[in-house]
Amino acid sequence: MWRSVSIAVLTATLLFGAGTITTGTKNVLASAQQKPETTEVKIDNFSFGPATLTVPVGTSVTWTNRDDIPHTVVSTDGVFKSKVLDTDEKFSFTFSKAGTYPYFCSIHPKMTGKVIVQ
Amino acid sequence: MAGKVKDEILYDHNHDGIDRRGFLKCMAWAGTGALCVMSGGVLKSYSLSRLPELSAKDAMGELSFVQISDSHMGFNKPANPDVAGTLKAAVDKINGLSAAPEFMLHTGDISHLSKPEEFDTVDQILKGAKPQDVFYVPGEHDVLNDDGKQFLERYGKGTKGGGWYSFDKKGAHFIGLVNVMNLKAGGLGTLGHEQLEWLEDDVKHLKHSTPIVVFAHIPLWSVYPEWGWGTEDSAQALAYMKKFGSVTVLNGHIHQVMQKVEGNVTFHTACSTAFPQPQPGKANSPGPMKVPAEQLKSVLGITDVNYVQRQHALAVVDSTLA
Repeated sequence: MWRSVSIAVLTATLLFGAGTITTGTKNVLASAQQKPETTEVKIDNFSFGPATLTVPVGTSVTWTNRDDIPHTVVSTDGVFKSKVLDTDEKFSFTFSKAGTYPYFCSIHPKMTGKVIVQ
Repeated sequence: MAGKVKDEILYDHNHDGIDRRGFLKCMAWAGTGALCVMSGGVLKSYSLSRLPELSAKDAMGELSFVQISDSHMGFNKPANPDVAGTLKAAVDKINGLSAAPEFMLHTGDISHLSKPEEFDTVDQILKGAKPQDVFYVPGEHDVLNDDGKQFLERYGKGTKGGGWYSFDKKGAHFIGLVNVMNLKAGGLGTLGHEQLEWLEDDVKHLKHSTPIVVFAHIPLWSVYPEWGWGTEDSAQALAYMKKFGSVTVLNGHIHQVMQKVEGNVTFHTACSTAFPQPQPGKANSPGPMKVPAEQLKSVLGITDVNYVQRQHALAVVDSTLA
């Protein structure tokens, strides 16, 4: 959780600076293409944490199911879809395009989240 | 919250032995099941745990059947590491009935992860039950990864669309509905347009006096939408049932007994044969509720439904596995 928040803050800082420090942003994007940033979403107590995650383009997001009930991670717009994740199983997806990606658990559709890729 | 819980009626409307204490006892874990007996056109239900009190005459009827639910074969976490054992205990209860029920209804979540071996295990255990005919509807755990293909191959022969169907037994009309497919983000269970159209047509030509039994996995009434415990378009389905004098709706999914009577419709949810879930809003999430091992069987159960015409009521009683 702490790690995800840190990355979100870092991302926001980088993006905020994008207009003024052009070269810095280019460097970040270049390194993202070489080696994807990774960040995690944890599934606990029938909820995604963080429910909203903001990441730079090229980031690989990994969801881990920490409940003792299976869940899925399914893009509302059909962009990605995990197999069913039993306890401690993971699913990863690399976001290569900017945009907002809402998703939900297709077994428990009240569980929703989104990834904002900038 | 108190208001919400109060709405979920828990009273002994048919003098069938379900009171708050009975409900709480079931909450403590006992494989799900209900025995229904139809006699002289009147439906009565009896708790399996009260069988010793049941006279042979009461147990005999034109029709009796049993509901079981939420076997979750393959689940092996601390809430119940032996879901096969508790399902077998439910079968033993059913086999202990003096008159063998004509058939069984399984209201879904047969498996935990839709694995072939999980379905195989349940099939094997249920072969040990005296009633050999089992009518299934899928739970969301039965249609993982393949949009229900495997479920339909195994249990859906002769069904329509996504697996819905109806049949008649001794003058009563049974309708199995599917509300676990194509769930939308943020939504509840869904029946869908195609199924609703079929349903309207299916009941159109039935006499008003025909007793109706509807069974589906997710409750067809709003038990607790915050946890997804309801079906978005159930109101439309129930609207087609308005003309009937007696409608009984049997569901699973929430792993606890709840009953509610609304006009001509009696709603009933069954215990799980696998693990209990918390009461609505009484926990952070609807995850499995862990109870001491010695209490487990008292919160699992089976439901007996006795079907008796002319009283325009389908009484349902759950008994625990203890």
